[in-house]
Amino acid sequence: MVNKMNIVPEITRKSITHLINNEERVDGRAMDEYREISLETGVISKAGGSARVKIGNTQIMVGTKPQIGEPFPDTPDVGVLMTNSELLPMASPSFEPGPPDERSVELSRVADRCIRESQMVDLDKLCIIPGKKVWMVFIDLHILDYDGNLMDAAVLGAVAALKNTMIPEVKVVDNEIIIDHENMKPLPIREEVVMCTFAKIGEQLVIDPSFDEEEILSARLSIGITASDKICAMQKGGDSPLTKEEIMNAVKITESKSKELMKYLEC
Amino acid sequence: MITIITLGTNIGAKSREDGRAFDELRNLKIEAGVLERADGSAYLEFGGNKVLVAVYGPKESFIRRFQRPDRAYIRCRYNMAPFSVDDRKRPGPDRRSIEISKITAEALQPAVILEKYPRSVIEIFIEVLEAEGGTRCAGITAASVALADAGIPMKDMVVACAAGKVDGQVVLDLSEVEDKDGQADVPVAILPRSGEVTLLQSDGNLTTAEFEKALDLAIKGCNQISEVQKEALKKRYGE
Amino acid sequence: MIFVNDKDLVVPGEILAEEDFHPGRGTFKEENKICSSVVGLVAIRNKKISVIPLQSKYIPKRGDVVIGEINDIRFSMWGLDINSPYSGLLPASEVFGKEKRELEKVFKVGDVLFLRVIDVDEVKKVKLGLKGRGLGKFRGGILIYITPTKVPRLIGKKGSMINMIKDKTHCDIVVGQNGVVWVKGQTEMERIAEKVIKMIQNQAHTSGLTDRVREMLAELTGEEIEESKEIPEDLDEAEELEGETDENNNDQSPDEKEEDSSVEEDKNLPQEIIESKLNFNLKR
Repeated sequence: MVNKMNIVPEITRKSITHLINNEERVDGRAMDEYREISLETGVISKAGGSARVKIGNTQIMVGTKPQIGEPFPDTPDVGVLMTNSELLPMASPSFEPGPPDERSVELSRVADRCIRESQMVDLDKLCIIPGKKVWMVFIDLHILDYDGNLMDAAVLGAVAALKNTMIPEVKVVDNEIIIDHENMKPLPIREEVVMCTFAKIGEQLVIDPSFDEEEILSARLSIGITASDKICAMQKGGDSPLTKEEIMNAVKITESKSKELMKYLEC
Repeated sequence: MITIITLGTNIGAKSREDGRAFDELRNLKIEAGVLERADGSAYLEFGGNKVLVAVYGPKESFIRRFQRPDRAYIRCRYNMAPFSVDDRKRPGPDRRSIEISKITAEALQPAVILEKYPRSVIEIFIEVLEAEGGTRCAGITAASVALADAGIPMKDMVVACAAGKVDGQVVLDLSEVEDKDGQADVPVAILPRSGEVTLLQSDGNLTTAEFEKALDLAIKGCNQISEVQKEALKKRYGE
Repeated sequence: MIFVNDKDLVVPGEILAEEDFHPGRGTFKEENKICSSVVGLVAIRNKKISVIPLQSKYIPKRGDVVIGEINDIRFSMWGLDINSPYSGLLPASEVFGKEKRELEKVFKVGDVLFLRVIDVDEVKKVKLGLKGRGLGKFRGGILIYITPTKVPRLIGKKGSMINMIKDKTHCDIVVGQNGVVWVKGQTEMERIAEKVIKMIQNQAHTSGLTDRVREMLAELTGEEIEESKEIPEDLDEAEELEGETDENNNDQSPDEKEEDSSVEEDKNLPQEIIESKLNFNLKR
């Protein structure tokens, strides 16, 4: 609620870096500690599935909409997942109204890759008439409050919303599709996936960067990992390079931290 | 199973599809100060509507078009989440949301003491997370609470509510189904202390007598909602 | 006739009184009624009725001291973010006099300064200056942001609240009237000061605050603080030069009688609310 300066003041940059170099963080967290996470599902009844996720003060509402549409020509007999995000101007004074900017597109694409490549949703089962009709599931990420680390929140919220998504039974009789809204079934889910994001500040890597930490990071690394420890997506960001050791260290932390995040998806 | 059979033709007591009386509002809940980043915010649930509003400002205006030498400028954006309606809504503004944004800013403006912050801009962002009829009124009601939460000085807290005509009867606060099947919808916003109207639309057919009845009913609804707005703010600051 | 009590929480549009009262800050008069224009606490002083807002933006006034951040360097002036709807300007002449020098060499974008508001003109151009004791650039420390209307509460009567935090944490603390607070001391003490200041910000409108602050300070600092009065130098501390100490905590509102009163009024703010070791010396 209290406004801050638009450009990170030099002394703030120094004090955060100084703390992190001594393995301390402004909010008292450990280097590999997430902020408080909360996850609620089924909050929007008009959505196919929905979830509201909070990591610290970062807040995202995710809603899915299953629709019947045409498959892509190169994958005629599998369903389609579409991820879209809106960095709403309500979430931060630095988000402007208008078409998605590069930050928003990156967020959608990284979340999309993470979910798609994990093969979490069994898209084969979303085919209705091969080459003609398939289920298309839209995942809309509505960013409500921005306090850093949108990536991990987006993936957590999207996975929870997909798990919460119900689609009607569909029968095909003489090329007619009969949608039975009386009989709803969950999306075919194979395995879960989460993402862990690290920020390099000073000489250290910290997990789940807050807004202030994100503002001053030199490099960022997001790692998507499945429940069976398959790395399914990665994204490096920021102006500075990372060493191989730093990257492998992040992967190792992700392997253990992902188990913690997965717990929020149980139920 | 108990069947209730109502005999006679007491129109006033005739209930609606969702069981409400003709002058009964849907369930309403307002919470102030729900977002971290924004200067002020409010969350409102009204029947099946879920609306979130954030206010930023008064802040420096970098766009000439949004600058007034003698007062603050109100910029409002009403937006619907893609998942808020039955068929996915394509993201981004459309003609409907642009119109609602404009009339919302105009509905709130008379209450805000704009002269206090010349050359600045006050931004209001209304997000409809779920829509079930009456989102523009819900947005205005929540926006007033968010403005107050942001510390923006106002002469009163604008409040909005609709009335309309369903099955030939004038009723308060139309649900989505009633709006679709009904004959008229009249959204109204007022300054509760003076009773002056700051937003008025009408969509459908009404006789003069019916219109007046609808307006009176809407104003009555506004006054009830106004109390919930005040409670939300008092609760936020620990009362 | 009056409808509210002192310290009542009111909302915009609420009728506070009728006739024989005068409208103060945070209120307006409509016909014979005095109404609140903000969410805040009622303050009744004799026949004047005011509402102290719980939230508000900082509006620059001549004579105020503020903490600002350089966010722009132009031909002959610096642009500053002063946590307000109006940004500040620091003319080069305020710093160099008639001498011509490169602005970037003195203050860079991101530097944080303690300044005085020299003038606010009709088009809301806020002219800032650095002439005065204690004014200048900060080195090291942390920044904390609070609601500007809560600044008087943080300072307390005759500086009682802020001095208590300074004593217990051994930190230097500078409070800008724009709600920006600078704290410098031992790293962990800075964090304790931050926690305490945020608590004051969140509970400024409640009573018994001074006691809670005292308890919180005792709990967070423990006994350690009583023993080791030495503050080890941190990295930035080395740059610290000869400083000046200002101790001009003017009286708060004279009509305050209670020990632990609620939010006090802005206009009673002391002109100098600083007691710091600042290190800005331009006339080399």
